[in-house]
Amino acid sequence: MKTPLIEFRDVTKRFNNQTVLDQVNLEIYEGEVTTLIGKSGTGKSVLLKHIIGLLTPDEGTILFHGEPLQNMIGSQRDRYFSQISYMFQNNALFDSMTVFDNIALPLRQTTQLHHKAIEEKVRARLEQTELTEVAEKYPSELSGGMQKRVALSRALVTDPQIVLFDEPTTGQDVIRRNAILSMIAEYQRKFGFTAILISHDVPDVFFISNRILAIHEAKIIFQGTPAEFEQFEHPFMDEFVKSIEGLQEHLTGIQSKRQFRIRNQMGLSRKDPQERYIVALFSLIDFDQLCEHLGHTRGQEVLTAMGTYINKHFGAVGGFSTRQSKSQYATFLPFSNLAEAERILEEFAIDLQKEGLRSIQAEARIPQEICFEFAILAGLAQGKAGNAEIDFIFKEAEARQRKIAQVHCEARRP
Amino acid sequence: MDKEAFFASRVNSLGRATLRWVNEMGAMTVFFLKALLMVFHPKQLPMIIQHVYTIGARSATIVMLVGLFTGMVLGLQLFHTLVKFGSTGVLGSAVALSLIRELGPVLTAIMITARAGSSMAAEIGIQRISEQIDALYTMRVDPLRYLISPRIAASIISFPLLTALFDIIGILGGYISGVMLLGLNYGTYFYRVQSSVEMEDIIGGFVKSIVFAVIVSTVCCFQGYFTHMRRDSYGAKAVGLSTTSAVVMSCVLILVSDYVVTSLIL
Repeated sequence: MKTPLIEFRDVTKRFNNQTVLDQVNLEIYEGEVTTLIGKSGTGKSVLLKHIIGLLTPDEGTILFHGEPLQNMIGSQRDRYFSQISYMFQNNALFDSMTVFDNIALPLRQTTQLHHKAIEEKVRARLEQTELTEVAEKYPSELSGGMQKRVALSRALVTDPQIVLFDEPTTGQDVIRRNAILSMIAEYQRKFGFTAILISHDVPDVFFISNRILAIHEAKIIFQGTPAEFEQFEHPFMDEFVKSIEGLQEHLTGIQSKRQFRIRNQMGLSRKDPQERYIVALFSLIDFDQLCEHLGHTRGQEVLTAMGTYINKHFGAVGGFSTRQSKSQYATFLPFSNLAEAERILEEFAIDLQKEGLRSIQAEARIPQEICFEFAILAGLAQGKAGNAEIDFIFKEAEARQRKIAQVHCEARRP
Repeated sequence: MDKEAFFASRVNSLGRATLRWVNEMGAMTVFFLKALLMVFHPKQLPMIIQHVYTIGARSATIVMLVGLFTGMVLGLQLFHTLVKFGSTGVLGSAVALSLIRELGPVLTAIMITARAGSSMAAEIGIQRISEQIDALYTMRVDPLRYLISPRIAASIISFPLLTALFDIIGILGGYISGVMLLGLNYGTYFYRVQSSVEMEDIIGGFVKSIVFAVIVSTVCCFQGYFTHMRRDSYGAKAVGLSTTSAVVMSCVLILVSDYVVTSLIL
């Protein structure tokens, strides 16, 4: 059995007479993205501060690679803490230092790097987080979103093994929020660190998470994969997750996976078991390269614009859509048969190639002079109302995907 | 019985306050010693220079201004007193010795407390409540080394220099009022200054200024650093109260330690 990287065993923490963590047991595995969700004030930040050593448990043990932290000697503890980086909920930026100095601080103070090497490293991080233009400004001169990105850059500048993100997307709009999540996922993949996130961005955060931990009334009530979490039945789901998902739908028109499934099941339950329904699956290929080329924010803008475009088109024939994975949208067409769906998709493909791609690029505010070739794939699959195995239908639709539209940069050049 | 209970409760609260005070003094001593040991860390020099500028160079103007008027007032008062005894000739000695032995170190320390000490306490206090100190800890940067140690070192460097500046400007102030305004012979004034001031007086003044530097920097940094531990208030209000406590405590300790050091020197 895999040994957890970090493990909590019966950890209890009290402040005065209030129990914030009550015999918490959890496991965090190496190289994974673990997301901690829960209502505000339920001890998520307190839990994270135990991992970084800012707080110590009143009872219980925290283990690192199976070794209790309290048994570690000075140098072992130093080695453990030197692997961790922490991004604070309120950023904790040094307000009397410029953005550049804030990011350079951990390198200047904890490494022997030459100042030129430090400058290069910081400039690279500034570029990756689209902060180059504000390098000489002070944190108070930046928007909340920019301050978050500065804090993110500072957390990643030392190339840590474990990064703790305390609500990294708070105060961001939908696009920036997804851009930050996408950036975290990309860095996690690139550098292979273990990420532990606190986030309220349900369900978007599930796309980048390997494991979900849910905290409720000072206890961990769920540990498992995002797919397992979708099936989890607990009053917490009604109180917390559904309320957030409802807000998401209201804001974007795109439904969460959970709502999609519920609506899908409700629609199917009203049908004859032999009646057919159609699922369309759309993929934006080379999404990671797109993000790398245009930046995470523009990448997310393209994706959101694509979702909105699909939803608008298929909504007219009674369809509803969800974001299926990081770069995929699924659309459920309850009132169409396969022939009709194929005809609709054909019309959609023509429209997308003719007008849609341009409109998506305009929506994503991609300047005319920048061009990146990307393509959209689509596939249809048919299911029976009596058979509720929708994941199988998704796989079938994915297998049948074909290119329906593509941006050609050559065509634009004079 | 009620009277006894009242008396017991008074003694009780006095005992608690005394214990708290002793505890705080002990904690401050440990705090100072830990920070002092970190002065010799290789990355400290640029930060020490930066704080010498903030605490020392930027306090120079106000210290010179106070020194000038203190010297002028001393010259004026002592001249009118010495006239009664027909010994205006010793004005230079009186002004110089008062300034070098007592007024220079004490007033300089109080002025720096007001100017730089309060800002130290407030700045560190804000860094504490906005989690900047926690951020340093998570970056493996020891906050004592990064924030406290350079300030203490810079204070130990700046206080004697500013005291010397205060003394010189004060003696010139005495010259302005005694010689230029009241007509005393300038040669007599400077001869008396030169003949009466001994090396022990100057060293004594510098010893005092170093003691005051340790007190002011430690008290101000300590109050700011532990702003979050205050029980009487939170947040911005706690920073305000920490700053006030830092200034008041520093001034009181300057005067108390002045007496102790003087009694040891004499």
